[in-house]
Amino acid sequence: MADTDPPHNNRQAYWRENLRIMTYIMAIWFFVSFGCGILFVEQLNKINLGGFQFGFWMAQQGSIYVFVILIFIYVRMMNNLDKKYSFTEMEELQSDSGPEEEADGR
Amino acid sequence: MDVKSWTYIIVGLSFASYIGIAIWCKAKSTKEFYVAGGGVSPIANGMATAADWMSAASFISMAGLIAFSGYGGSVFLMGWTGGYVLLALMLAPYLRKYGKFTVPEFIGERYYSKTARVVAVVCLIIISVTYVIGQMKGVGVAFSRFLETDYNTGLFVGMGIVFFYAVLGGMKGITYTQIVQYVVLIFAYTVPAIFISLELTGNPIPQLGLGGNVDGIPLLQKLDTVITDLGFSQYTTSTMGSKLNMFAYTLSLMIGTAGLPHVIIRFFTVPKVSDARLSAGWALVFIAILYTTAPAVAAMARLNLTQTIQPGAVGTPEGSLEYNKRPEWFKNWEKTGLLKYEDKNMDGHIQYYNDSNEAFAQSGWQGNEMTTVDKDIIVLANPEIAKLPGWVVALVVAGGLAAALSTAAGLLLAISSAISHDLLKGILKPEITEKEELNASRVAMVGAIALAGYFGLNPPDFAAGTVAIAFGLAASSIFPVLMMGIFSKRMNKQGAIAGMIAGLGVTLLYVFQHKGIMFIPNTSFLGTMKENWFLGITPNAFGAVGAIVNFAVAFAVSSNTEEPTQEAKDLVERIRTPGN
Repeated sequence: MADTDPPHNNRQAYWRENLRIMTYIMAIWFFVSFGCGILFVEQLNKINLGGFQFGFWMAQQGSIYVFVILIFIYVRMMNNLDKKYSFTEMEELQSDSGPEEEADGR
Repeated sequence: MDVKSWTYIIVGLSFASYIGIAIWCKAKSTKEFYVAGGGVSPIANGMATAADWMSAASFISMAGLIAFSGYGGSVFLMGWTGGYVLLALMLAPYLRKYGKFTVPEFIGERYYSKTARVVAVVCLIIISVTYVIGQMKGVGVAFSRFLETDYNTGLFVGMGIVFFYAVLGGMKGITYTQIVQYVVLIFAYTVPAIFISLELTGNPIPQLGLGGNVDGIPLLQKLDTVITDLGFSQYTTSTMGSKLNMFAYTLSLMIGTAGLPHVIIRFFTVPKVSDARLSAGWALVFIAILYTTAPAVAAMARLNLTQTIQPGAVGTPEGSLEYNKRPEWFKNWEKTGLLKYEDKNMDGHIQYYNDSNEAFAQSGWQGNEMTTVDKDIIVLANPEIAKLPGWVVALVVAGGLAAALSTAAGLLLAISSAISHDLLKGILKPEITEKEELNASRVAMVGAIALAGYFGLNPPDFAAGTVAIAFGLAASSIFPVLMMGIFSKRMNKQGAIAGMIAGLGVTLLYVFQHKGIMFIPNTSFLGTMKENWFLGITPNAFGAVGAIVNFAVAFAVSSNTEEPTQEAKDLVERIRTPGN
């Protein structure tokens, strides 16, 4: 098992990139919910979107759609990152042998 | 066929399928019992998570809450969905990589401390028991209202069903049952919404119907006009407290959602780390279907309700509904006491307006005559208000029961695994075999059901208030300690324990100061304090402050005490990357 392990610095680089992706996504997460839905809602309500005031729509509809999209973007980016650093998960051999062994694996 | 026969058929069929599944997938190992063998596909797990998460509160209460708070109700919509982004990014993949069974187990190992594990178990049990009481009560009420049995019988039937499939099947049985329950509940929620949206706006998609036109003007604009004419505050702009309070409330619900143990353990059931991320995405898709429909249901129900009672011009005698001509659903709900009318000016008509706003009283009006309009009846009464056929009404009953039962089962599993795996196997008797542990977890679950049933039969009248405690606890104790355990290698045992206790303590103190110690009125211990004393933040929204206190105390304490052990650091290193 040990020889398939990427070197230590690869782990660090992977973690740094992961944190960077997270920061971007959390920024959008904050902007659409707390920003558009609460802090700037009055200003955005001046914009009409069909039968909606935009701020109200963001608070009750838009932010939820964005949350869903954000998670799927994160999934995609992380899968690419896993590939780039070859942290590909072998189809759960360790899961059949029980979680204890997995824990001892390192 | 009448509503009652339809209810028997639809509820009966759905229950038969839950029991069938329980027999089909009996758990044989502890791994199957706690995490369904770790082999559930991400989409299936997403659906099960959605059913697990959406309780009677989401299904029955939320739309009603929004209907009467308008824009302010957005805190529930954003808070209870935004938490999944936190889960997907900050907790689910790493806890899946950790690869064991329970949340306290992770806390105990990461902080190399049995004390931390016990504190986590205590938090978990308080959170889950609080929740389960509400669910059992929902089951009892739904049965007694629609099957016309008394409340206790309804409760016992519900307990029996949960007992059967949760105890037998464990997580494996629960997962597959929850998938069926999701289908039942989402169908039951959206079908009436589609009918009502079509009827009001001509658009079959409720999410679009909310922005559609009624009699040539936008629905929301019409709703604003109709209710402001009666003195209520404008639907689209009325807030819930100050902006800061809405901010804190939303944040509390988000962090609380991500810290709920029964939701977190669902991500232990998928095969891989990447599946845990994907599964959170699917869970939110399935949740979003209900959560984006709810605001449409809310606005349309409020409009329908108001226009039923005030069909004509405000101020004209015939503008208000004549009491003798009230519709059938009105009479039905009057029987339950959840809807009450009092003819204050003896004119035989119903005046429904905001009487704390004197300016809106018309000549001859002597106060608001709809003395009780319980928010919880909105979703259940909705199909009747819109005159939908009997099978739709029956479907809503089955949906409400599915929502309550699926959440109850998930919570009971979280409680039983904390007792058998963390307390018994982890601390008291580490030498027991897997078989004994499996039996112990079944016994623990029976105990948990009995406890929930007891509280269901003797509901403490603080049921609504305890929700604040559950979310406050999850937000101020479990979430921060998990997050720091993953993202900070420096966080040590002392910091984590001090953080949990401080966060929890501050939150409890604030809630009890406002609502009385253990919710007993007039036991506020700090003398009379102004309402929402801390920056105007309500007790329900205080979890966010508790979480901040937790983080601050934890960092302060850990930077002044020794570094964590090498094993703890290795554990953090290991869970941060997928694969071996």
